[in-house]
Amino acid sequence: MPNLNIDFAGIKAPNPFWLASAPPTNSGYQIMKAFDAGWGGAVWKTLGVPVINVSSRYGAVNYGGSRMAGFSNIELITDRSLADNLREMEEVKKYFPDHAVIASLMVETKEEWIQIIKDVENAGADGIELNFGCPHGMCERGMGSAVGQEPAVLQTIVEWVMEVANIPVITKLTPNISHIVDPGLAAARGGTNAISLINTIKSIVGIDLDTYAPYPVVDGKGTNGGYCGPAVKPIALEMVKELAQHPEIQNIPVSGIGGVETWRDAVEFILLGAGSVQVCTAVMHYGFGIVREMKAGLEQFMIDKGYETIYDFKGKALPNVTEWKHLNLKHKVVASIDNDKCIGCDLCYIACDDGAHQAIRIPDESGNRIPEIIEENCVGCNLCSLVCPVEECITMEQRDDGKQHLSWDDKTIANEVPTSFDDDRAGGKGHFVPTVQDALKHRKNNN
Amino acid sequence: MSEYKRPTSEIEFEQNFAQKKPLMNATEAHFESSKCLFCYDAPCITACPTGIDIPLFIKQINSGNLTGSAKTIYESNWLGNACGTICPTGELCEGACVFNHQDLPPIQIGRLQNFATADAIKKDKNLFSSGPSNGRKVAVIGSGGAGIACACELRTMGYEVDIYEAKSKPSGLTLHGIAAYKITNQEVEDEINFLEKQMGLNFICDHPIENKTQLEKLEAGYDAIFLGVGIGATAQIGLPGEDKTNVIGAVEFIEELRKKHHELNVPNRVVVIGGGNTAMDAASQSARMGANTVVLAYRRSKEDMGAYGFEYKLAISAGIESVFNAQPVEIVGNGIAKGVKFIRTQVVNGKLESIQGSEFVVEADLVIKATGQAKQKHFLDLIDGLELDNRKKIVVNDKSFQCTNPKYFAGGDAVNGGAEVVNAAFEGKMAAQGIEKWLTGD
Ligand SMILES: Cc1cc2nc3c(=O)[nH]c(=O)nc-3n(C[C@H](O)[C@H](O)[C@H](O)COP(=O)(O)OP(=O)(O)OC[C@H]3O[C@@H](n4cnc5c(N)ncnc54)[C@H](O)[C@@H]3O)c2cc1C
Ligand SMILES: Cc1cc2nc3c(=O)[nH]c(=O)nc-3n(C[C@H](O)[C@H](O)[C@H](O)COP(=O)(O)O)c2cc1C
Ligand code: SF4
Ligand code: SF4
Ligand code: SF4
Repeated sequence: MPNLNIDFAGIKAPNPFWLASAPPTNSGYQIMKAFDAGWGGAVWKTLGVPVINVSSRYGAVNYGGSRMAGFSNIELITDRSLADNLREMEEVKKYFPDHAVIASLMVETKEEWIQIIKDVENAGADGIELNFGCPHGMCERGMGSAVGQEPAVLQTIVEWVMEVANIPVITKLTPNISHIVDPGLAAARGGTNAISLINTIKSIVGIDLDTYAPYPVVDGKGTNGGYCGPAVKPIALEMVKELAQHPEIQNIPVSGIGGVETWRDAVEFILLGAGSVQVCTAVMHYGFGIVREMKAGLEQFMIDKGYETIYDFKGKALPNVTEWKHLNLKHKVVASIDNDKCIGCDLCYIACDDGAHQAIRIPDESGNRIPEIIEENCVGCNLCSLVCPVEECITMEQRDDGKQHLSWDDKTIANEVPTSFDDDRAGGKGHFVPTVQDALKHRKNNN
Repeated sequence: MSEYKRPTSEIEFEQNFAQKKPLMNATEAHFESSKCLFCYDAPCITACPTGIDIPLFIKQINSGNLTGSAKTIYESNWLGNACGTICPTGELCEGACVFNHQDLPPIQIGRLQNFATADAIKKDKNLFSSGPSNGRKVAVIGSGGAGIACACELRTMGYEVDIYEAKSKPSGLTLHGIAAYKITNQEVEDEINFLEKQMGLNFICDHPIENKTQLEKLEAGYDAIFLGVGIGATAQIGLPGEDKTNVIGAVEFIEELRKKHHELNVPNRVVVIGGGNTAMDAASQSARMGANTVVLAYRRSKEDMGAYGFEYKLAISAGIESVFNAQPVEIVGNGIAKGVKFIRTQVVNGKLESIQGSEFVVEADLVIKATGQAKQKHFLDLIDGLELDNRKKIVVNDKSFQCTNPKYFAGGDAVNGGAEVVNAAFEGKMAAQGIEKWLTGD
C-alpha cells in the first residue's frame, strides 16, 4: 500500500489533500467533519479584519448537462469573530493532532500581522497562509490581490511575517497578474517557506437578462467575482509549472490549487511539482466525501506505477514541459477512424472542414456516414479526435520513423530559419486547399 | 387474461390509459437535450418525414430558447405537438439517432419536441401569423392532419381558407383514431385552438361534402380545393354474419372510445381480427377497458403482420392473447355475435391456403374488425377527371400534390393509402405550396 504522508515545508499531513481556505473551512465543525471524512489538512477560512458579507454571493457557469463547470464568488474573508475561530482551532487540533491545520490570514498593518500570528500559533496552528489573492472586495481596501499584484508590497509583508513567525509560512498568490514569476520571486525573496496558488480569477460569469446585472445579482447590481472550479485548472497548472521550473523558486514547496476535483487533477499538479493540493469548489459541490475518490485514485495510480510516496513522482512532468522552439518539427501524426466504432455523427467531418484543414470527407455513397481521413491533408491537429463522441474511435497515429529530430531552435542555431512559406505541412503546399468557389457547393437549395 | 380493471371513472380511465410518452419536466428536458451531439447533416432530420431541424430545436431547448425551439418545430410541421407523442419515433427520427450505433438509448426526440411545443401552447406564444391577404380562396375538405397543415401553410401566404369537416370537431383521426394512451383529447384540442387563434383557421364543422352540387359550388367559389378526406370507415370483409349488432369496425370502436372514455362498455370477451397497427391498438385498448379476454386473430404468421413490433409488444403487455394462421370464415351467433369461426391456414408454395377440417370457434361478446378502411372512392368519383390508382388512392404529382383534375390538390391518407399523421402534415404543407405555385405561376 502506498504511503500518502507528506511533509510540506515542515507541515506534516496524512495525505496531500487539503481543503483550501474557503466556506468549507469556515468552522471547527466543518473541519472536524472533513478530517473524519479523510482530508489530510485544512486551511482555515481567512481570519483578519472585521467584514460584512452580502446576500447572494455565488454564480456559476453551467455547461450542457453539467453544473458548476466554473464557479464564482463575491464573498469576503471570515465574518465570524477571531475568538470563536481560535477556540475552535484549538479543539480541532486536540482531536486531530496529526492533521494539518493552517491559518489563513489577511490583515493590514505590521502590528496587526504580528498580533494575529501570535494568536494562531497559540491556538495550535501548524502553519500560516498569507492571503494575497482575493480579487474582490478586500482588494478595494488595499488587501488580498491588491498586495499580490504589487511584488514589492508583497515582499515587505512576507518579511514582516517571517520576522515573527515560528511555524511554516505559505504565501498564497493571485493569478490576476500577467507574469506569475514576479510575485513568486517576491515571496521567495521575502523568505517564505512555501507558496500556494492559484487564488480565484477576476471574472464575470454571466449577466442576468432580466435585470441586466452580472451574477450574482445583489439588489440589481453586481461586481466582479473570483472564478474557480474545473474550468480554471489549466491556468493553475501552468502557473504552478512556471514557479516549479524557475531556478530561484524551484526549491520552495508549492501547494497546487484550482479546479481539483478528481485524483487525476491532483496527480497532474503533483507531476508539475506541487507537494500538496487544495480543494474548494469540488467540496462545495459534492461535500467532503469526494475525497474518497481522490485518495483511492491516487493510491491506485501509485500502485499501478510502483510509487511508494508522492515524492517518487513529484515534478516528473517538469522536464517535458518545454518551450515551443524545442518541439520536434519532424514528428508527424495523422488521424485514424475506427470504422467499427464510428456512429456517423459526422462532427469530425464538419469540425475539420469548417474549423481545421479540410482533411476529412464523407464518402459519396448514400447512407454511408462513416467519414474518411484524407491523409495527405491531415496536419495532425487532433481536433477531430477531440470532438468525436465515441471513446477511442479517432486515434492519432505516428507516421514519422521517430529517428529524426529538428526543432525551431536547431534551425535558428543552424541559421536555417525559413524566409518564405514553404513547409510541407502548410496548406497550399503540402496539401490542397479548396478553391474559394468550392464553398458554394455546400449550399442547400433553399432559395 | 387482461391485467386492467374496468375503468368506472375518468380518473380510472386515465390510469388505464396512462400516456406512453408523458410530458417531460424542465429538468428532464434539460438533461436530455444536453446529450444531443448536434450531428452534422443529422440523420434524425432525414428520417423525419417533415424534416424538422432536430439538432437545432434541441439545442434551443438547452440554451433556454423554448419559444424559438417551438418555432423551429412548427416551421416544418404544423402538428409538431401531436407528432411528438404519436409518431412512431423508434421507426423514424429516434430510430436514426446515431446513439443507436453504440447501443445507447437514442435522444428522446419526440418527447423533447412535445415539451417545447407544449410550452408554447400553454403560454399561448404568438409564433406565426397569417400573411397579408392575397385575395385568393381555397376550400379544404377534411380537417385531419393533412387539411390542417395545408390550411395553416396557406394562411401564412395570405390565402382565405375555409375548412369543411363532416364531424362536429376538427382534427380527424388525431382526435378519433389514435390510441388514447398516446395522446389525450385535451392535447389535440389545445394544439388546434392554438393554431386556430394564430392562423385564423375557419372550421366549418358538421358539414360533410357529399354531392355533386356541393362540389360545383366549391369549384365556383374557390381558386383551389384541397382534399384531406382520409380513408374513411372500416371496410366490409364479406363474412357471413358480419352484420350482427356486436360486430364493429376498429376505427369506429376507437372513435367511440375516444369520445366516451370510461362510459363505453366493452364486454368481457373480445376478438380482434387483423394484423396491422390498427388491430394492435384496438386489442390493446380493449384490454385497457377491462375486457377479460382479448384475442387477436391474424390469418398469416406473426412475422407477416404489418404492425410495428413495438405495437405488438405493447398489446401483449396489456394482456392480450394472439392466434396466428387463423382465417375468419363466419361470425356465429343468432342476431348477436357469439364468436368467430376460424380455419387454420398455412403457406404452400408462397400461397396462403386453408387447412381442411381445421375449423374452430373463439367465443366473443364483441368482434372488432381491423381489416382496413374502405377508402373514399364513392365520394372521390363525384369529382370530374380525378384519377385514383388501383388501390383507390388519389393520383397526385409527387412534388406539388396536384390531382389529375388541376383544381384539386390532395394529401394525407387519401393519397398515401394510410400512413401516419406526420406524413399527412408534410403532404398538406407541400400541397399548399403546390397551390401557391400553380396559382401564381412560379
Ligand atoms: C386506429 C388508428 C391508429 C392510428 N395510430 C396512429 C399513430 O399512433 N400515430 C400516427 O402518426 N398515425 C396514426 N394513425 C394514422 C393517422 O391517424 C392518419 O395517418 C392521419 O390521421 C391521416 O390524416 P388525414 O388528414 O389524411 O386524414 P384523417 O385524419 O382521417 O382526417 C380526415 C378528415 O376528413 C373528414 N372528412 C372525410 N370525408 C369528408 C367529406 N366528404 N366532407 C367533409 N369532411 C370529410 C373526416 O371526418 C376527418 O376529420 C392511426 C390510424 C388509425 C386508423
Ligand atoms: C487554435 C486557436 C488559435 C488561435 N489563434 C489566434 C490568433 O491567431 N489570433 C488571436 O488574436 N487569437 C487567437 N486565438 C484566441 C481566440 O481568438 C480567442 O481569443 C480565444 O480562443 C478565446 O475564445 P473562446 O473561449 O471562444 O475560444 C486562437 C484560439 C485558438 C483556439
Ligand atoms: S487531425 Fe486535424 S487536420 Fe487531421 S483530420 Fe483531424 S481535424 Fe482534420
Ligand atoms: S466524430 Fe467519431 S463517431 Fe462521429 S463520424 Fe467522426 S469518427 Fe464517427
Ligand atoms: S442523431 Fe441523435 S444525437 Fe445526432 S442530432 Fe439527431 S438527435 Fe442529436
